[in-house]
Amino acid sequence: MFEMDSMMEPSTTFKGAGEHMSDPILRVEGISKGFPGVQALKDVHLEVHAGEVLVLVGENGAGKSTLMKILSGIYTRDEGTITFEGQPVELTSPLQAQQLGVTIIHQELNLMPDLTVAQNIYIGREPTSVGLLSERRLNRQTAELLKRLNIRLDPRQKVGELTVAEQQMVEIAKALSFNAKVLIMDEPTSALTDSETETLFTLIEQLKSDGTGIVYISHRMDELRRLADRVSVLRDGHYIGSLEKSEISVPKIIEMMVGRVIDEGTRPSAREHQDEPIVLDVANLSTKTLLKDVSFQLHRGEILGFAGLMGAGRTETARAVIGADPRSAGTIRINGRDAKIHQPEDAVRRGVGYLSEDRKQLGLMLEQDVTFNTVLASLSNYAGALGWMGDGKAKSRTKQYVEQLRVKTPSVNQIVKLLSGGNQQKVVIARWLMRDCEILIFDEPTRGIDVGAKEEIYRLMQQLADAGKSIIVISSELPEILRVANRIAVFANGRITGTLRNEEASQEKIMQLAAHGEED
Amino acid sequence: MSTPQQPGETTTVIQQAVNEDTDKRDVAGFLKRQLQQSLAFGTLVVLLIFFSIASPNFFTFSNIATVLLSTAVIGILALGTTFVIITGGIDLSLGTGMALCAVMTGVFVTNMGLPVWVGILGGIATGVLMGLVNGLNVTFLRLPPFIATLAMMMIAGGLALVISGVAPIYFSTSAPDFKKIALGVLIPGIPNAVLITAVLAIIAAIVLSKTLLGRYTFAIGSNEEATRLSGVNTRRWTIFIYMFAGAFTGIAGIIIASRLDSAQPQIGTGYELQAIAAVIIGGTSLLGGRGSILGTVIGALIMSVLVNGLRILSIQTEWQNVVVGVVVLLAVFLDSLRNRQRT
Repeated sequence: MFEMDSMMEPSTTFKGAGEHMSDPILRVEGISKGFPGVQALKDVHLEVHAGEVLVLVGENGAGKSTLMKILSGIYTRDEGTITFEGQPVELTSPLQAQQLGVTIIHQELNLMPDLTVAQNIYIGREPTSVGLLSERRLNRQTAELLKRLNIRLDPRQKVGELTVAEQQMVEIAKALSFNAKVLIMDEPTSALTDSETETLFTLIEQLKSDGTGIVYISHRMDELRRLADRVSVLRDGHYIGSLEKSEISVPKIIEMMVGRVIDEGTRPSAREHQDEPIVLDVANLSTKTLLKDVSFQLHRGEILGFAGLMGAGRTETARAVIGADPRSAGTIRINGRDAKIHQPEDAVRRGVGYLSEDRKQLGLMLEQDVTFNTVLASLSNYAGALGWMGDGKAKSRTKQYVEQLRVKTPSVNQIVKLLSGGNQQKVVIARWLMRDCEILIFDEPTRGIDVGAKEEIYRLMQQLADAGKSIIVISSELPEILRVANRIAVFANGRITGTLRNEEASQEKIMQLAAHGEED
Repeated sequence: MSTPQQPGETTTVIQQAVNEDTDKRDVAGFLKRQLQQSLAFGTLVVLLIFFSIASPNFFTFSNIATVLLSTAVIGILALGTTFVIITGGIDLSLGTGMALCAVMTGVFVTNMGLPVWVGILGGIATGVLMGLVNGLNVTFLRLPPFIATLAMMMIAGGLALVISGVAPIYFSTSAPDFKKIALGVLIPGIPNAVLITAVLAIIAAIVLSKTLLGRYTFAIGSNEEATRLSGVNTRRWTIFIYMFAGAFTGIAGIIIASRLDSAQPQIGTGYELQAIAAVIIGGTSLLGGRGSILGTVIGALIMSVLVNGLRILSIQTEWQNVVVGVVVLLAVFLDSLRNRQRT
């Protein structure tokens, strides 16, 4: 199963000329790369064949991004060889790699919102006539390119007006306008809705059949199952192995990634919370933009899941509850008392903490240290007369939480940007625990966090609930919801279409409820 | 670089290596963060040495006192606006605002015959009020700080002219001691203005590093929305910060009026940019979230040492401006270098 050179080539409709089916288009052998103090890659192998999807998995820090940066010409390797179409090559710059035919699509898209689709795709290569830019030719050749890729976009539309998914299509089209033979995609679906993901997958299928080799980096097991022709696993900078399509199983991959077995089937203990007091009672919550009559109750010590498709109203509900966005109707009762919440300050004062889905944009101050980020919500508690701030108490309290939550950080003075996703999330959790919040709303708590750390976050949430905290968890990953939530409220089109107890819930039932509103 | 929770895995060794690496990067990051400040400090030392060697008239007690005195007004403005800039904002109304504060002090003391301390409080209150309006415009009307304070710059400049009747208001007869506020010498050889600037610098440094206001200044500049979602009333604190900075504008207005022994309604134009330049040379980021009072003090000193030194070397005023401009360019360039390293 750890066989590298497989003769089993996935059957594709590859029609490339002069190529042997079994020759990889891109082959990486014995790549090592060290940085001062750390060996990021050690003897790593990888090969991509024309017309296949190679899914590259590995925990954060496994070396995926270093490998990608080497392949796209950003870093140079210390050792090893790279062979492209049978020829040994040096990849020295992103432009050179691109011209050669290796293009990477980063998670953060690099497009200019005020330029049109066509202008973005051919930036730096604008067609001219008599020395002047020719918009007409530019748009025509873009239209041809998009047509070839079956992407339905207007070349003249401004990129800023497109959805994230459409912008990604533009990036892909741009890559292929360079005649990319190998396309590396870094977690491309992290910002897409389910239907957009479908469109992307269709495009990937088509690229495959056109003979493009695709390296697809993802944390998501469902995507892996869906897309992968082969899977390669990295761990701690080492190449662990590859699995052919027929050998792929999720537990096996996770085992290879983390070096141990993770039980996927764990469910929260079937504990009844109905008799516990209701700590948060939201009734008939509506907003001008989306929500219609959202009502739910959260019991003490309970974990309530919010499931549903993107844009169904889960995050919107959380933000409306904490006063981050205006409500048009509805009442919020906390511990049986009417709570007038107009801004996040009011919610926090009543013990409701919201952990945003976008840690980096809306949660953390990446340039500040662990202490700063942890005490942010409790600063006023540490301030003496005239707002005097002593650092000692804040630091020692932060240290306690760092130890309690097992945040992996050299010290509380570490800049948060340098922590891994899982540890960053723990810092945000510490912030709300320090504030002594009784109700915690976790919005996509494990997004961008690797598998091992995910499990730790789940356990942490369970511990908090057992200690009497009440938790709402918003997640797009159904296995995650089923793993942690005692009850699951399913959202569709701004409404709650059903609430399930964990015992009666299944992925299928949740999906049915989540799709319910689509027909309206 | 996170690790699974279970210990005893092969990952531990790597993890340690990675942690050590982050330690080193932390040190490197710390050095990088100190770079511009130490660079600014180094520049200041080099300038002092250079001018001392170039001219025997530079490093004399009286000339250094002159340098410090000329730092006072821009320095005080820069101290206040450091807070605004750390929030990611900017205040263009400093200069004309200062003139308006001076004029208001003149109106209270000379035109209305009120005691000097009322005039001082009136001047400071004028600055605080302008800060309040700027803060309200930035938070509740959601105007970009550049626009809000550009408008305030024009309004304050206009009001200063209107209220004063486009003529200086003199203090020599109404309050003969008024000029002593800036030019008196509590400590022999050191004008009071220098002393006041030093005290204000210490106060500003303490407020920025040791109080809630300072902490929220950094928080808002680092990530305003995250601060708001953490339950901080960011609008209220932003307004406070602009008001706090406004108080410094008011004090600067009183100092300059005292030095000139008159409230000159047209004096302020251009001071805002010099103050902002001092803040930037001192290493405070225009993007917000980073900065220090010590840096601002050094930045302000660099500007006045440059101007004074060039003057002593008999270089024309026109060229002095060119040199200061180049220094600002270098400072911003270094700041952008640092930002590139950040990403």
